[in-house]
Amino acid sequence: MTTHDIIIYCLTMAIVTYLIRMLPLVLINEKIENKFVQSFLYYIPYAVLAAMVIPEIFFVTGSYWSAFAGFIVAVIMSYRGRSLITVAVCTCLCVFAVDSIVNMI
Amino acid sequence: MHDVNNASLCEPKKQYTFSNGIKDGIPIALGYLSVSFSFGLLAVNMGIPAFFAVLISMTNLTSAGQFAGVGLIAAGASVLEMIFTQLVINIRYSLMSISISQKIDKSVTFLHKLLISFFITDEIFAVASSKDGEISRNYMYGLGIMPFCGWSLGTLLGAVSGGLLPVTLRVALGVALYAMFIAIVVPVAKISKSVAIVVLISVALSCIFKFVPIFKSISSGFVIIFCAVIASAIGALLFPVKEEQNDNS
Repeated sequence: MTTHDIIIYCLTMAIVTYLIRMLPLVLINEKIENKFVQSFLYYIPYAVLAAMVIPEIFFVTGSYWSAFAGFIVAVIMSYRGRSLITVAVCTCLCVFAVDSIVNMI
Repeated sequence: MHDVNNASLCEPKKQYTFSNGIKDGIPIALGYLSVSFSFGLLAVNMGIPAFFAVLISMTNLTSAGQFAGVGLIAAGASVLEMIFTQLVINIRYSLMSISISQKIDKSVTFLHKLLISFFITDEIFAVASSKDGEISRNYMYGLGIMPFCGWSLGTLLGAVSGGLLPVTLRVALGVALYAMFIAIVVPVAKISKSVAIVVLISVALSCIFKFVPIFKSISSGFVIIFCAVIASAIGALLFPVKEEQNDNS
């Protein structure tokens, strides 16, 4: 792999990824009036995030135990209305603690 | 000229400023540090110079696409393969981009759209969508800048210092982004039954794709699009949202 090759790969990745993000934003200039599309777009963020988290979160930590514990902590704290950063930090601490214990056993 | 007049005439109810964006971007940036650290580490391990690892992060600003990208580079894949892989993995950003197009106010003119679209990542999109009402270009710039710095800095640290951090700690930091997603979805699902149902449908579909053997070969980028589109379409059919719901959800 030469430097020239890497530059071509970098450019390709950057351009494709940018076009995917840029085109819809630039092409859609009007507020969408259609009721169905409006509702659809209202639900999209939550549906996207939900599909990203589950089941993936159970495979990204050191063990199923830590993932499960972290997941429970995140859900309970979010349900109680804690801020993003608080939920994130506590979940990390929980995963770290459980994984440390699992590693000791 | 015309746009400027319009923007100052119709005062929005809530105006999110640049510094609001910076503040909202900090937790994202912290989460990015650990993920991009792993990316920097991996890229260097695969024989990509640290400089290019950072350059890839600064020009792509995406996790899954970059990880797959360096995999392809290391494997000596063709440019066509690279284009197709990036398209499949990142096409979900189009969906987010469409959603953001309905969320931004008049201050986001053509030129600013060109810049703002660069910052559309899963996390930035998630936070932007969670705001009430419309969002301005200044807010979007503020929201994008910290994660961009975190992502680039993390890659640099991972590329040059790799392996110094204990694995357990690195892994624990990686869960931060998922925790943030949960913190965005749960409070809304708590007060809106229709959002809760859409979320459950999406989760159920996503589990089917993960665990049913015949679906295993489908890329995770496609799976997310498919789950989100089906779940949201069902939601839109069963529970069409009222006008005001879009503003104070």
